[in-house]
Amino acid sequence: MRAWRKRSAAAALVVVVAGAAGGWLLTAPEKLDAQTLAQLGPGDAVKGERIFHAAGCSSCHARPKAEGEAKLELVGGLELKTPFGTFVAPNISQDAEDGIGAWSAEDLANAMMKGVSPSGEHLYPAFPYASYARMHPSDIGDLYAFLKTIPPVKGKAAANDLRFPFNIRRGIGLWKRLYLGSEPVVALPEDTPELVLAGRYLVEGPGHCGECHTPRNFAGAVDKAQWLAGAPAAEGTGIVPNITSGEGGIADWSAQDIAYYLESGFTPDFDSVGGAMADVQANMAQLTSADREAIAAYLKTVPPHPNGYPARQKPAG
Amino acid sequence: MRRFLVAVSILAFAASAASADAISDRQALMKERGKIVGTLAKMTKGELPFEAAEVKNALQALQANAERFDADALFPAGTETGGETTVSPKVWEDMTGFKAAEDKYLANVKAANAAPADDLDTLKTQLGTVGGDCAACHKAFRIKKG
Repeated sequence: MRAWRKRSAAAALVVVVAGAAGGWLLTAPEKLDAQTLAQLGPGDAVKGERIFHAAGCSSCHARPKAEGEAKLELVGGLELKTPFGTFVAPNISQDAEDGIGAWSAEDLANAMMKGVSPSGEHLYPAFPYASYARMHPSDIGDLYAFLKTIPPVKGKAAANDLRFPFNIRRGIGLWKRLYLGSEPVVALPEDTPELVLAGRYLVEGPGHCGECHTPRNFAGAVDKAQWLAGAPAAEGTGIVPNITSGEGGIADWSAQDIAYYLESGFTPDFDSVGGAMADVQANMAQLTSADREAIAAYLKTVPPHPNGYPARQKPAG
Repeated sequence: MRRFLVAVSILAFAASAASADAISDRQALMKERGKIVGTLAKMTKGELPFEAAEVKNALQALQANAERFDADALFPAGTETGGETTVSPKVWEDMTGFKAAEDKYLANVKAANAAPADDLDTLKTQLGTVGGDCAACHKAFRIKKG
């Protein structure tokens, strides 16, 4: 009896140790391979400016409520209040201490495509690397070159304030195993027009539209079965609209309507853009009309879904 | 006592009717505004040809609409919810900022109306400025509802 107990205790210990070791391995932060890093290229700041706007960097990393030129002061500080706790966008200006001035292009690529910091820690997916993982490395190289042209700003943003167990970074490793990949969300046939493919890249990659316009599952990951179906707003009340052609969506918007909305902020019935989309639209207005037409062409192609958020409660009486 | 109760319920009814009125009044004002903007936007969108006379009329109408905007009357306390309102509570948390946003819009509409665009590019610029004011206010003070 005693021997049995001893043996089972030993077995349990082995299981625990193996589990912990396995868990440790499974949750380990992984960086990009040399082959991908080789594609970063020398970086072109002019091309990088387009990526900067497409990727919406300033929407979260500029000082909250900044307008115009001040949007290039990437001091951070915007709070994202979610069910997991409050995320605070960090300083990504060129300041070597408070920002990312000391980062290499490889560091930026690992952060954006693998969610790993230069020191090898997991970053939280509130930073939309699950979308940026679909980007071409050369676009990251160009973005890096553009970021180098923006002046440094002093000031460290506050730390995240997250609930247990979400405050344990290591756990993000498991999340990444389930939800991080570079393959496109919407599979398109081989004869798909160039314009639609370009739109898919902008929407699913740098534009990270799905991060707000798609409902999330219990783990906070985008539910690809309801891609772009609209969702309850991550913070506070309200919704983010359905941008598929499903019921409640934008089936009655022509491709030209979508492109014009992204350029001007006016919907087909001449209501205006609002909420968090106001900043996104301002970024989209900085792109070329070809880019906006590509986004529109892709949105007209995505599978239709009914609204990904509950219907509005009608007031009684 | 009964008379008091009747009086109270009449007052309560009147107050809720007034709230409902304020919500539908401000929605009507915004709908009208969108419609006028539509005349101009259709030209910049390429759906209508540029017509200087139409632009002039629309800008006049837009100014008249903007001048009818009275934040105190349209957004009284008690109209934070109800009806189909999509207003954000920030309107009442920051009434000064809300009024300033509307004033900025009015000023830009007046400036456009003082020198109505006589070519498409100028109209694009004017509408861009005014549209930026629409977006700025809706960014802070409106919540998209399902």
